[in-house]
Amino acid sequence: MATVYSPLPLYAVLAPLGGAVLILVTGNKRPNLREAWTLLAALAQCTFVYAMLSPVLRGSVIEYSLVTIYRDTAFMFRVDAFGMVFALLSSFLWVIVSIYSIGYMRSLQEHAQTRYFCCFALALMGAVGVALAGNLLTLFMFYEILTISTFPLVVHKETPEAMKAGQKYLIYLMTGAVFILFSMGCVYYISGTMDFAAGGFLQGKGSPQILKVILVCFMIGFGSKAALMPFHEWLPSAMVALTPVSALLHAVAVVKAGVFCVLRVILYVFGPALLKQLNVWAALAYIVSFTVIAANIIALTQDNLKRRLAFSTISSLAMIILGACLLNADSARGAILYIPFHGFMKITLFMCSGAIFLKTGKKLVSELDGIGRQMPLTMAAFSIAAAGLVGIPPVCGFISKWYLCIGAYQSHETWFLVVFLISSLLDAAYLFPIVYSAFFKKTDSGQPQVSEAPLLIVIPLVLTALFSILFCFSPDLIFNFYNLAGRVVSSLSWGI
Amino acid sequence: MIEYLVIKHSYWFYIILIMIGFYGMMVKNNLMKKLIGMNIFQWSIILFFISIGAKKGATIPIIETHGVLNHAVRAADYINPLPHVLMLTAIVVGVATTGIALALLIIIYQKYGTLEEDEIIEALKK
Amino acid sequence: MTTVHFPALIVVTPLIASFIVFAVGWFDRRYCFPLVIIALTACLIFAAGLAAVVLSSGNPLHYHLGAWPPPWGIEYVVDHLNALILLAIAVIALLSAVYSRSMAAREFPLAKLPQLYTLYLLQVTGLFGITITGDVFNLYVLVEIASFSAYAMIAMGERGAAFAAFRYMIFGTIGACAYLLGVGYLYILTGSLNMADLNQLLPALYQSKALLAGFSLLIVGIAIKMALFPVHTWLPDAYTLAPSSVSVLLAPLSTKVGAYVLIRILLSVFNAPFYTSLYPAAPVLGWIAAAGVLFAAFLAIAQSDLKRMLCYLIVCEIGYIVIGISSSNRLGLTGALLHLVNDMFMMACLFAVTGIIYAHARTRNIYELRNLHRTLPLTMAVFVIGALAVIGVPPLCGFFSKWYLVLGAIQAQQWFFVFVILMSSLLNTVLFFRIIEQVYFPPREAIPAGHAHLDTPFRLDPVPMGELIPAACLACFLILLGFFSNMLITRFISRAIPGTF
Repeated sequence: MATVYSPLPLYAVLAPLGGAVLILVTGNKRPNLREAWTLLAALAQCTFVYAMLSPVLRGSVIEYSLVTIYRDTAFMFRVDAFGMVFALLSSFLWVIVSIYSIGYMRSLQEHAQTRYFCCFALALMGAVGVALAGNLLTLFMFYEILTISTFPLVVHKETPEAMKAGQKYLIYLMTGAVFILFSMGCVYYISGTMDFAAGGFLQGKGSPQILKVILVCFMIGFGSKAALMPFHEWLPSAMVALTPVSALLHAVAVVKAGVFCVLRVILYVFGPALLKQLNVWAALAYIVSFTVIAANIIALTQDNLKRRLAFSTISSLAMIILGACLLNADSARGAILYIPFHGFMKITLFMCSGAIFLKTGKKLVSELDGIGRQMPLTMAAFSIAAAGLVGIPPVCGFISKWYLCIGAYQSHETWFLVVFLISSLLDAAYLFPIVYSAFFKKTDSGQPQVSEAPLLIVIPLVLTALFSILFCFSPDLIFNFYNLAGRVVSSLSWGI
Repeated sequence: MIEYLVIKHSYWFYIILIMIGFYGMMVKNNLMKKLIGMNIFQWSIILFFISIGAKKGATIPIIETHGVLNHAVRAADYINPLPHVLMLTAIVVGVATTGIALALLIIIYQKYGTLEEDEIIEALKK
Repeated sequence: MTTVHFPALIVVTPLIASFIVFAVGWFDRRYCFPLVIIALTACLIFAAGLAAVVLSSGNPLHYHLGAWPPPWGIEYVVDHLNALILLAIAVIALLSAVYSRSMAAREFPLAKLPQLYTLYLLQVTGLFGITITGDVFNLYVLVEIASFSAYAMIAMGERGAAFAAFRYMIFGTIGACAYLLGVGYLYILTGSLNMADLNQLLPALYQSKALLAGFSLLIVGIAIKMALFPVHTWLPDAYTLAPSSVSVLLAPLSTKVGAYVLIRILLSVFNAPFYTSLYPAAPVLGWIAAAGVLFAAFLAIAQSDLKRMLCYLIVCEIGYIVIGISSSNRLGLTGALLHLVNDMFMMACLFAVTGIIYAHARTRNIYELRNLHRTLPLTMAVFVIGALAVIGVPPLCGFFSKWYLVLGAIQAQQWFFVFVILMSSLLNTVLFFRIIEQVYFPPREAIPAGHAHLDTPFRLDPVPMGELIPAACLACFLILLGFFSNMLITRFISRAIPGTF
């Protein structure tokens, strides 16, 4: 595998930082200029990330080292196929959600918009930094930046409820950070390095006991960000934030960063071979599958639309981790593909819920009767995304679910196949009734008629829904997700 | 046991003095008494230090000679002057400490009208 | 430029300058402040020169006062450890002096300024002297010089300050006298007061009980000066009630210099086998420090006064340094030394901000600081940077020292210390985010959409530039120290640790 040295990863991370500074400096006086900075930074980041795509597709790895910390450990970027998947997802969706945010904030006349856009940019710096990080230390740094920059976004409304949610958010994620720090220290101590290597670098270092302890601490640490049960409670509470925040950060960037880190640990720190040796993958997979089912069941009981979607996210994230835990090529491919595909679909769902709130002020599922007639585009996008989550072609969720199920079948434990199928059923159970009541039930006669949401809001969600369909026909469209997933899978040895 | 007490009698003396000073500093309520305790504490340490320079049958460390000294001096004939010199510095330090402490006591007395520690704490709580 | 006499000059300059300031203050008070700045800038140049010499030659610099050779004369030694700390003290003293100009003008009547600056320079003399000296008795003298100025400066503060200073004096004198007794024991046993000489002479005496007694007295004395738990009780009252312009000098430097003395005694006077394998001093210190970290972190959370909370944080940070020392391995010592330097800057930054807040809002109660970020945006931004550094968020400096401390504890297989360090990071997070919440997001009723008009435009803080700029400089230092921590470690710290580790 060839290594290319290029400062492109650094630029991709500095673009949002520069954007944040410019946004802060511009302030409230010139909102159009401020919004322009956001879009510029998002487009710049997208361009830089996309520019790194072709070398990575050819099989090389892009490296760039910043500062040396201690002898051979440095803050360094190392862009491989896996990182590219997440980086492409985050940066592209930032562009889309920026347009959505602008429309949303302006329609609602929200307060503290400068703080919002500035923190958003910093959060994206953290997310893409996590994607492009080359070792645990750099990953941790951007992870912390992500946590801290999203805190003001979660507590944006500044109500007591929002502050409680923010405190919970912080406690869960900082406790996780402490566990991660401990595991990082142990990893460095037993192996002398923290750089990611395909197939892991902990083989043969340290006793099985200490390796298991490190694995558990990593799972607790990154698992709290990935909303793994029982560390998931912060995610539904964080739904008190504004919808664009929930949309990008909690369905795509923050929790996806957590899942990304978990997969990094499983595939690039420990490696499938070591995990098979330690014989922990089965236990891990069972615990994670519990999350899949339980979160879906809880989602059935939620009436608040965003909370329902939050639990659905928890379940989907657990499915991604489960796919990786099964330690075979197909399930891993499904898991890696599910990262972007789920991102597009979930963000559509969240953006639709935000559009509905904007126009009608409604947050509960039970109030959504007949809204499909009044906001056809929004609900059409919602239906497409819902179908995709269940796994129905021609929406892209089908492809990832297909690979996950094949992988589950190959693991010779039927329980996991059952888990995937049941979760699809449950997804349908709590998403399709919304679609049904939106289109086929009549609105209460007392409710005023509303029209479709403003253009700045409808265009992004239609766009992501369209992409969800297009990805099913051509999973390599623009972003080459399928190729990248293939590269990741082929670069790891799965050890039968 | 008795010889232990007798031979090291000077050290016992200094220890008792140090403990008296320490007792004064810790237990006494009146700030002036604390200050006196601190003084006793410091001076007894200085006494201890000076005592280590003493030698049996030695005289004060001044060499009696007019003009140039042309033979070696037997160190055992003269008590060690170095602790004395060091303790001059320590005495100055002690004096400076006492000075600052007295200045602080004057300020405290002017503000609170009393030098009893518990009364001052009561006054501060209000 | 010849740097031969810099070791003496760096101590003598502020000493003489303090007398000149006092004399000049008799006649015209306006010349005091410029004199202080000139003296401290000169000291900065001297410290930089010394650091350059030590870095380029790679060997310690020895200076014999009065050209008397050791062990008869007093010797000043500048090695890698010293050089770094001298530089840090010089920088922080200069920034504090600049900060104190407008702050002291607010807090004291004009008549008192010469006295303040005299004591200020005396304190700096003491600090430089403690760092640079190579003679244990000279160390006692300079510790006392620094302490006296501290007592007097603290007494100039608010209500209850004189009493707090008196109690500090009682406690501090016990500490200094304990140290003096320890020095006495060492002198009785070896006849020498020079640190390098003692290092040669002591190993033959390691089995002696008198040496153990002397060592314990030394450690207790230094622990009191350093505010190690449980003899830290003088610190909260003394530093909280001190004037803001004084606490920004004392709080970062005094206790850390005490920690430096501990490291000097343990590394340069005694050898590692003495306090690790022969007597379990290192584990004992470690356990005491770990208890102190947790105790101080919890107590800090219980405070509603911002400055008092920071005082408990000082105790917590000193605990970290001692945990690093007690690990007795290269990683732990690296962490301890790096944390010493980092914490100087972190505490200076936070105390500077606290002073500005107190001067502006007339309160230090956390719950009364609502919406302060509207009136003091830059100041609170500096506070957030300082808070993140203390919590240990990369790339700020605090992360790197905590990283090494954790690694050192893992290497020493002291899992409880690892737990303590990580747990206190969490407690610090709770601590600071509580304040950040109160300031930036004060609780209020739900804002219905449409309150965009509530946003206030950005206005620069209405505080004197002389206070804001040092605070902002210190925040920049926190970021820079983080990025250059590797350079600090390879150039200074790893050469400061003896090769036996």
